[in-house]
Amino acid sequence: MSEPTEKQPRRVHLKVLGATLGASAFAYAMAPLRAWTKELSVDAFLQKHYKELTKEEMTKVIARLEADTKRDYGADVTIKDPKPRAGVEFGYALNLSVCIGCRKCAEACHHENNHDRATNNSYIRVLEMEQGSFDMERGNVQYDHAVPAPGKFYMPVQCHQCDNAPCTKVCPVQATWKEPDGIVVVDYNWCIGCRYCEAACPYHARRFNWTKPEIPKEEINPDQGYLSNRIRPQGVVEKCTFCLHRTREGKLPACLEACPTGARVFGNLLDPDSEIRWVLEHKRVFILKEELGTKPRFFYFFDV
Amino acid sequence: MNQRSHAVTYPRFIYRLLAGAFDGGWRFYLWMTILTAIALVGANAWAHQLARGMQITGMSDHVSWGLYIANFTFGVGLAAGAVMMVIPAYLYDDHDMHNVVLVGEILAIAAISVCLGFIVVDLGRPDRFWHIIPAVGRFNWPVSMLTWDVIVLNGYLLLNLHITGYLIYSKFIGKKPSKRWYLPFVFLSIFWAISIHTVTAFLYSGLGGRPFWNSALLAPRFIASAFVSGPAFVIVLLQIVRRASTFRVGDGPIRTLSSVLRVTVLLNLFMLGSEVFTAFYTGGAHATAAKYLFFGSHGRHALVPWIWSAIALNVLSAVLLHLPAARNKLALLDIACLAAFAGVWIEKGMGLIIPGFVPSTLHEVVEYVPTLAEWKITAGIWAFGFMVLTLALKVALPVLTGELSLAKEEEPAEPEPVPEAAE
Repeated sequence: MSEPTEKQPRRVHLKVLGATLGASAFAYAMAPLRAWTKELSVDAFLQKHYKELTKEEMTKVIARLEADTKRDYGADVTIKDPKPRAGVEFGYALNLSVCIGCRKCAEACHHENNHDRATNNSYIRVLEMEQGSFDMERGNVQYDHAVPAPGKFYMPVQCHQCDNAPCTKVCPVQATWKEPDGIVVVDYNWCIGCRYCEAACPYHARRFNWTKPEIPKEEINPDQGYLSNRIRPQGVVEKCTFCLHRTREGKLPACLEACPTGARVFGNLLDPDSEIRWVLEHKRVFILKEELGTKPRFFYFFDV
Repeated sequence: MNQRSHAVTYPRFIYRLLAGAFDGGWRFYLWMTILTAIALVGANAWAHQLARGMQITGMSDHVSWGLYIANFTFGVGLAAGAVMMVIPAYLYDDHDMHNVVLVGEILAIAAISVCLGFIVVDLGRPDRFWHIIPAVGRFNWPVSMLTWDVIVLNGYLLLNLHITGYLIYSKFIGKKPSKRWYLPFVFLSIFWAISIHTVTAFLYSGLGGRPFWNSALLAPRFIASAFVSGPAFVIVLLQIVRRASTFRVGDGPIRTLSSVLRVTVLLNLFMLGSEVFTAFYTGGAHATAAKYLFFGSHGRHALVPWIWSAIALNVLSAVLLHLPAARNKLALLDIACLAAFAGVWIEKGMGLIIPGFVPSTLHEVVEYVPTLAEWKITAGIWAFGFMVLTLALKVALPVLTGELSLAKEEEPAEPEPVPEAAE
């Protein structure tokens, strides 16, 4: 340690100068944060987990989110929170014999779910596969030619809503869970954005909001669900919810309605008279990556 | 001895440490200024990342973890590897090691700070950090391995803070540390050190959808590589401490650590070889990530230079460490240590995290290259870690040598007190 000398006062001055410089450099370095904190509110910061919100609290949250959408996007939207219905468990099946790979489903998803326009995001990826092989290694997502191409078949992949979902297991904060009707959802206001679920999912079903989604006001779908297609905040994970804002109200998923070939079959697995049950009982059904034991609610089948 | 209450002496102790942390020679100021500058560049890049989103990184929905998680993984290994000083000191009663074991514990503290930093910058919503605090947020324990990691990493940090803090404080007030206040914690910290890297390996190896990580060998590999990077860093650090301070470091600890390193560096290469054999001899889907890593696939080769550099560095350090000359020539040993450190940094970082994502689960080959912003943030966090390490050593060592103590402080008139013999 230095002994006290006449040099000491100068040393103190230098230290004060250094500390001042350091503090202002720090303030300057962190200045970009102002743009970020502008969008944060105390209410948003303290918002509780979806399952802990009372009805009144949820009403307030929804009002705030609708106002935020108006402020940020200029659009008037209605956010609802439809609940799962008793006696309903959703299942989805896709007929690989008739899918032509037109990607209308992916496009419908893009619009229905208010995806970022710049990235052309969608919850569905369509693989162009080679006839005679089920090796995804030989598949291609980036095809750009008339479909169906000779010698190819097509396999759309989206969230499989697994009963034994690896994604919900790994989430450290329970921001994602399985609903009683079989749909795996995310509380976009609880997710911390660690992306562990994205690493865990074997079906590439999850997406991260790498930036704040950009959508022109007039293209925004105003019929929104709290757990589904409302515009997601930056920095959180999102996923396919079988369009629960539609399906829980008796409508069909947007991807199914857009399909020109009728390859998609959606319905209630608990209803013995449903079309989905008929398909599962009579067709050659298979499950993607069945060996992983994820127990999906999404099935593929062939006509023959 | 002084019988005053800790309520008086403890604030005094903290004050002296703080004062010591801001006082030093020009080399100290220069070093700290450089580190501060790098840390500020990192802080600025992080502020931009928060404002504009993680689109400014090279990550994507295909490769959703990158340089941050790579460095996090390596940092956990470094923290766990520091225990390689505790084991000889306390389990084998190595007296030379006993004198310097605190350096290892301080390294563990700095390394854990680095890890926590990398986790924070990897979060999309760090403002929601409170969601992960047990009992305050919704802690998905015991199902999520990430919650285990939160527990073991913070626990390890607290353990080491307690051990070092208690020992230094005791020394400062001139009291013999009471064994029951630190020995149980020291032994606990040995198991805990293994646990941090095991849990971190389980984060990856438990994912069935990622064949590259889904290997039971991953946790043992992590431990082996931790026992490479930890000792390699400490060997160099002890030599720096020896030169830059009056703290006495004998050759004994360095000799012990290089013996450890000679074994672990080979063990690490052996395990890498086992993984490579299994992947390539079996072939098929399980080899696709390995093929991409080592040779590139579908015309994409981003990781090939990384992994071969890692192998070259690891082999180089293994060869150097086993040269008879390395036993006497410290320069040779230092080169071996730096090579081992850099080799493991690549292998446990870019070489382990990225191939888990390439090809993706739908077998798309999307490459990842870190952006400038990611490098800035990464450098900033490491600079912060070095600041923690420097300051902690700077305040702890004078207490250990007896230069700084309560007794000495209260009798400033008295010249040199008799230097205490090492315990």
